[in-house]
Amino acid sequence: MNMSEIAVDAAPGRVDTPDLSARAADFPILSRAVRGKRLAYLDNAATTQKPEAVIEAERRFYRESNANIHRGVHWLSERATDLYEGARERVRSFLNAGRVEEIVFTRGTTESINLVAQSWARNTLQPGDEVLLTGMEHHSNIVPWQFVCEQTGAVLKVVPITDAGELELEAFDELLGPRTRLVAITQVSNALGTVNPLAPLIRRAHAVGARVLVDGAQAVAHMPVDVRALGCDFYAFSGHKLYGPTGIGVLYARQELLSVMPPWQGGGSMIETVSFEYSTFAPAPQRFEAGTPNIAGAIVLATAIDYVLEVGLERIGAHEHALLEKATAAVQALPGVRIIGNAAHKAGVLSLVVDGIHPHDLGTILDADGVAIRAGHHCAMPVMTRYGIAGTARASFALYNNDEDVDALVAGIRKAQDMFGGRP
Amino acid sequence: MSGNDGFGDLRELYQEVIFDHNRQPRNFHAMDDADHVADGHNPLCGDQLTVYLKLADGVVQDVSFVGHGCAISTASASLMTEAVKGRPVDEVEALFRDFHALLTDAPPEGRDFGKLEVLAGVREFPARVKCATLAWHTLHNALIGARDTARTE
Repeated sequence: MNMSEIAVDAAPGRVDTPDLSARAADFPILSRAVRGKRLAYLDNAATTQKPEAVIEAERRFYRESNANIHRGVHWLSERATDLYEGARERVRSFLNAGRVEEIVFTRGTTESINLVAQSWARNTLQPGDEVLLTGMEHHSNIVPWQFVCEQTGAVLKVVPITDAGELELEAFDELLGPRTRLVAITQVSNALGTVNPLAPLIRRAHAVGARVLVDGAQAVAHMPVDVRALGCDFYAFSGHKLYGPTGIGVLYARQELLSVMPPWQGGGSMIETVSFEYSTFAPAPQRFEAGTPNIAGAIVLATAIDYVLEVGLERIGAHEHALLEKATAAVQALPGVRIIGNAAHKAGVLSLVVDGIHPHDLGTILDADGVAIRAGHHCAMPVMTRYGIAGTARASFALYNNDEDVDALVAGIRKAQDMFGGRP
Repeated sequence: MSGNDGFGDLRELYQEVIFDHNRQPRNFHAMDDADHVADGHNPLCGDQLTVYLKLADGVVQDVSFVGHGCAISTASASLMTEAVKGRPVDEVEALFRDFHALLTDAPPEGRDFGKLEVLAGVREFPARVKCATLAWHTLHNALIGARDTARTE
């Protein structure tokens, strides 16, 4: 691995810390009290809150434009279809994909990955072929590959991670081989915050003839993503971690792959003709969108994309990075606190363990002060096993968080230590 | 230590008895000559414990546990072992039902829970009920000889 290559890829954007303080007012839920306290919402890696623009877009669609798509001859159906296909184009532009036909709407990242596993991988992998994962994957980028390996006789390989929570790049090169058909890798670790140096890894995977799927669930809300610059073959993300609604997600797949991938679910909308003898199927992406899709979800996802682009992803990333650095420094100053995930390049996630305090107890004590964090294994059990822990307490940042949220987090940890310690 | 220590409602949940039993769990050891054993596991929390029982004439002669978990689950397991030792099995099962009601609905009238009462604060934190009941579900499985690992999530 050429180190200068990594350095360029991993260098955080040099942006002065922007002032996003006015943006919290865009999110109605942030003004509510929780357990009688000011809400400090720091569970953004699980799901983000929604801005008024997104909430209003959902309402507006059902009040003004609701109809089924792709089949009506009536005005409303054409209107809903235009909005839905317009949303697909906005997603294409957001990811800088080359063609709108490369964008499939799904229920979320998990469904996007399962689609690739059951359509592309199941029909491509041969016994003895290898799927290369990393030790920091979310369960949704592990279990679908276990299924398809059982179905095809392919073998899973795993790139280990270092004590700091970075990929062991030499091991990546050693594990990548002539039998590697697919590399499935997260762009940002949900449990550790690590940002992986994707572009050079993807180039190396392509050099041995492997395809690359990127789990972008934890990336799209924190940094600009350009699938053509990355060079990946598949890219998956969810709307609800990007200030959009739940139940809508995206799969980007290169045209030359998607156009020959077989359908994975049958039903309406994905066919050309149906008889009881045989059916023929619509071209991509419709072939992968059986049944009535989440029409409102797709349309409102486009509104969420407009929102983050208006705020600016570089600015959001810089703002969150400043909060992460502040929180990291404050937490490191506390005795008995250990940060899990100390990669040189991190995005928006602070995972920690406190001596003598189980993460769930810490989570409850923080909750009593209105501080919402996640406690547990974060659907990344192999990461917890790697560090010999049952779980962590995880604070994760979004564009609307501020210094007050960080202060509430740190005060809550100190309070938990006061409660658990010192009293014989 | 109530009211003016800045911990407010949390003291309802994290009472001193809980900290005491979390730091120094009672009957916290494996039992080589147990006649009933069961495992409990909450995979989402990572809480894991094993409950050991010795029964004679329908009475819990001895009970112990090992495992790891949050303060609520560890303290609840410890308090449970104290509460059930020496009791007839049918009383233990009735106590479990009432204890569960104490944590989830309204406390059953007329029941003196003794030290177990300190866990009633869990009622205000529904996400933690599974922590407080894991040991009891595991004990129940040990009593009925169930082979499955007990789970409360």
